[in-house]
Order: sequence, then structure tokens, then C-alpha cells
Amino acid sequence: MDIKNGRTVKGVNFVDLRDAGDPVELAKIYSDEGADELVFLDISATEERRRTLVDLVRKVAATINIPFTVGGGISAVSDVEVLLQNGADKVSINSSAVKNPQLINDLAQKFGSQCVVVAIDAKQIDGEWIVHLVGGKVPTKIKLFDWAKEVEQRGAGEILFTSMDHDGTKNGFANEALAHLSTLVNIPIIASGGAGNIQHFVDTFVEGKSDAALAASVFHFKEIEIKALKKELKNNNIEVRI
Amino acid sequence: MKIVIINYGAGNIQSIIFAIERLGYKAILSNNPDEIKAADKVIFPGVGEASYAMKMLKESGLDTLIPTLKQPVLGICLGMQLMCNYTEEGDTKGLGIFDVDVIKFSPKVKVPQMGWNTIYDLKSDLFKDVAEKEYMYLVHSFYAPLCNETIATTDYEVPYSSALENENFFGTQFHPEKSGDVGEKILGNFLETLKFQ
Repeated sequence: MDIKNGRTVKGVNFVDLRDAGDPVELAKIYSDEGADELVFLDISATEERRRTLVDLVRKVAATINIPFTVGGGISAVSDVEVLLQNGADKVSINSSAVKNPQLINDLAQKFGSQCVVVAIDAKQIDGEWIVHLVGGKVPTKIKLFDWAKEVEQRGAGEILFTSMDHDGTKNGFANEALAHLSTLVNIPIIASGGAGNIQHFVDTFVEGKSDAALAASVFHFKEIEIKALKKELKNNNIEVRI
Repeated sequence: MKIVIINYGAGNIQSIIFAIERLGYKAILSNNPDEIKAADKVIFPGVGEASYAMKMLKESGLDTLIPTLKQPVLGICLGMQLMCNYTEEGDTKGLGIFDVDVIKFSPKVKVPQMGWNTIYDLKSDLFKDVAEKEYMYLVHSFYAPLCNETIATTDYEVPYSSALENENFFGTQFHPEKSGDVGEKILGNFLETLKFQ
């Protein structure tokens, strides 16, 4: 769930945001329907909005009984402390990890690797997957595959990889890049960006070797029902909690 | 019912507090030996690194208190591992409540194991009305091999102990507080079914 100013929003390629509802209500619905994990990404993340986010995190954590990851605007150990104290189980860091890679080490040391998800937004430029910052707006010089290996070495417990070439397009996940990531690192990879139908999920587990798949709008706008999705995954011999 | 969650500065315990509240109870956080001894149920959480967590336990004297407790005690995740004889993580001597040494998964599998996996061969009232092969949420790099005190088994690289029991002491490698309705049922069993006093 992308959160902006206390509401769930969803855009295409990180722009054109649509309102998708009340985060606490949605979280409860997804938890009850069988979602295996909930990820909050706060895309407003300005200082004055932080308090709103922490209150929301607390309300959601009190409501759901599945793992809960929170990201957006985290740049210091103290930011993480506040989120964990309010019921988050893991945090996701993105731009701040690129700007200050030592933050990954610091968080892993203080809270354990299991707590630290490094989110990577990337898109292809001249055939190379390049890491982007600030919700995918600003290109860096860093290559996705180099960065993935580095974050693992620094203590990341999971990688949440969003292909901005795929995000919001509903044409399927970036399975080729995902499968390559899976051979490079030995930590779980969460596929993100591109889910449009149930077959896309099957494909990302089979072809993309993904350990988990993340989607937002197909659930928010009720295009895919979680129970039906999980049943189909099981029919395809993919290990899944029903 | 007085439920105490041992608070020794290791990891995130808010999830457990919320889960207990969803079950209709209140828990208090404490590192006070008298308060812990007076509790009906004690939960020993743990997230993070073993040697650091053990250091925190020792600083508050809880390493000697916990093995003497008489009421039901539930160690969760690292809490369970610290109740074992020893863990390879940080070459750490444990509390010796469970007679098993905790070792690391090999690089043949993704480490940490992070996600949902099934528990089977359930052998305890802790799992009253819980079916075999239900999914639980697990996050860990080290594991307790199968032993005499194993009351639930999970497969990851090898079959290992996903729960342990010795008299009034229980441990779960999985997080019941994060494992959906079935996890809540197990936590509820610990709070409601088990009695040792």
C-alpha cells in the first residue's frame, strides 16, 4: 500500500496518483482475505506527515495478524526505532540506503537483518538495469545487480525489487531480472511492479524465481481476489498458505 | 490473568502486545524479577542477535531467573533459541532449558528463512485444536535440530524443531503473533490451556 497523507494511493509509473481508500480498513480486509504480508510505503514522508504515519502504523499493527513492513522517509536508526515501537515488524529503506549505505549495516546490527528490507527501484537504460531514487524519479550511476550484492553483504534481510518499466503497466513482473537477482544473492527477493492478472503471479514464482510477490492496485481495485490468486498458485504447485 | 512479557531491550515486542490484546488480555512489560515471578504466564520474546541479547539478559540478572520460573513460559524466535544449551550465533551459551544446540542453516538454502512454512508432528497442548501442516510465519538463520523436546517440526534444508517443550517451558521458532488466525489460536492456547501451578 502506497500511503500519502494518511490515505492509500496508487499511480502508474509512480505518478498520477489515485485514491484507493482508508489504509486501516484495507489492511484489515487484506489480512482477513489471506494476504501473507502487508507493506506500507509512505510516499509523502515529509517531516510534518511523519506523525500521521506513525499513528497509522500503530492502528494497522493493532488490527492485523500478519507481518507488517513499513517504508518511506527512513534515514536514521531513530526513525526505525519509532516504527518498530509502534508495531512495524520490518522496515524498508530505499534512497537513504543509496545515499548512506552504512545505514544498512547499522540497522542490521541494531535490529537484526530480518528487520531490514532494502527496496530497489530500477529501470533499464541502454540495456542496463539502473537504480533510481526518490520514488523512481532520479537516476543514479549504480547498477541494480551490483547494488543487490552490496546490500546483501551489508546485512539486508530481503530485497524488494520494483521494476519501474513494469510498475503500473499490468503486463507482468520483470522476471528475467528477478531470476538473475535470485542467482546473485542468497536472501529472499520480493517481486514488485507489473502485476495485472493471476498468471503474472504464477510466472514470477516459476520464471522469475521470486520468493514473494507484491502488488497494490490489482487488489485495491478488486481486479484480483487474494483467495482466488492463492488457489491458482497452489494449483500450479507453488508453495502457498491457503 | 497476569501476563508478563520479559523486557530486556531486545527487539520489537509491540506485535506481541497487540496480539495479546486481540485475544482479549492485557500484558505488561517488565524486567523486574518479583513481577516476573508473580505472573501467571511469562512470554520471553527476542529479535536480533543472540550474544547481544544474552548480554542484555545477564545485565538484568534475568539469565539466572528465567530457568527457575515455575509458571508456563513461552520463548518466541530468538527467545526460544536462547532457552537452548548453546547457539552458534555469536558463540553464545544459552539458558540450558532445552537440551539442544542451535546451529546455522547452510548456504544451500536462502538464509534467513523468511516467510511462511508448515508445522507438523504436533505433540503438545500448545497445539490443541490446531491441525497438522498449518502455515506459520518464520524469520531465522539458525535452528534447533530435532531432539527429545521437539513438539513441532518444520522442513527447511532439513527437518528441525519449530517448537520445543520441557515441563513448564515452551518455545516456538515461529511467530504466533504474526501467523494469522492459527498463530493467534496457539498464543491463545498458551494463555488459556496450559497450567503448571
